[in-house]
Amino acid sequence: MTPPASDTAEAAVEPQGWQSVAADWSSDQRAFKNVPWGKAMMWIFLLSDTFIFSCFLISYMTVRMSTTVPWPNSSEIFALSFGGDPIPLILIAIMTFILITSSGTMVLAVNYGYRKDRVKTAVLLLITAAFGASFVGMQAFEWTKLIVEEGVRPWSNPFGAPQFGSTFFMITGFHGFHVSVGVIFLVIVARKVWRGEYDNETRGFFTSRKGNYEIVETMGLYWHFVDLVWVFIFAFFYLW
Amino acid sequence: MSQSDAHAEGQQHPLGIYFKIWGLLFVLSTFSYLVDYYHVEGYLRWTLILVFMVLKAGLIIAVFMHFMWERLALVYAISVPVLAVLVFILLMTYEADYTFFTRDVFFALE
Repeated sequence: MTPPASDTAEAAVEPQGWQSVAADWSSDQRAFKNVPWGKAMMWIFLLSDTFIFSCFLISYMTVRMSTTVPWPNSSEIFALSFGGDPIPLILIAIMTFILITSSGTMVLAVNYGYRKDRVKTAVLLLITAAFGASFVGMQAFEWTKLIVEEGVRPWSNPFGAPQFGSTFFMITGFHGFHVSVGVIFLVIVARKVWRGEYDNETRGFFTSRKGNYEIVETMGLYWHFVDLVWVFIFAFFYLW
Repeated sequence: MSQSDAHAEGQQHPLGIYFKIWGLLFVLSTFSYLVDYYHVEGYLRWTLILVFMVLKAGLIIAVFMHFMWERLALVYAISVPVLAVLVFILLMTYEADYTFFTRDVFFALE
């Protein structure tokens, strides 16, 4: 978005660094200039979501530090064998690469969206959704294997500290739920892009506001956040 | 590929930087997987995990989420509150240590 014309006179003395923060916040106007409201709201939502996932990971840290029973070895539990010797953590590694790949296609979708390349944006969004769906599928496989074959429960498991199950299901479950919501969100936005609703500024069915390609970027923020949370889960839960 | 007049509308940057970061994320993920694969243990393991994690998170936030190009008013509004999480981690570290201590003392009596 371009700044309003009245700003151009002040452009020469536009403050930098901390002074620009103070100037923006004390301007008696909107604080987040040049930022579409939808994107600012998404950032604030993501901040609150950061606190939720932080609480989960911190409680995981607390129970793991305070238990007197040995913590299960995630490297062995999540190993998978393709005919030969089991490869440690291989499924989780594949899931990590899938999520990173989907982040890449998402960022390309945002870029082509701003170029108003309708078809490429929609296709890239659908590819991102497909990667996301395959991630959820692998997680379902992982959960099934753990629950049915290994007998892991939220209150007990055959490997060690019982808190392993409760934190595992809570953290990966909540993350998987975020991915699932993201896939639905992606498909909705892809459909709107495909139908040209952001080119024609069709009013949305829910907000009755005119849509534009900034929504693809806002959507992208959510998707990258899901990838971001996985980076922390991968490091703290699976690798630690 | 790049569009120099792109800043007139939204966050638009040359595709090249995205591909470079994409590649870096793959490399960093591979490294963190190899930490487990080669059974690196102890402080070296934890340090490597944290380093790769922070680098990956930083790249995703800065480039993929366009944070490095946002106005500072937004950047600080979002990033400063996250520091509260670090305080929470510190508090719960003490709490967990104390719980472990009491369990160690009282369960050992049985």
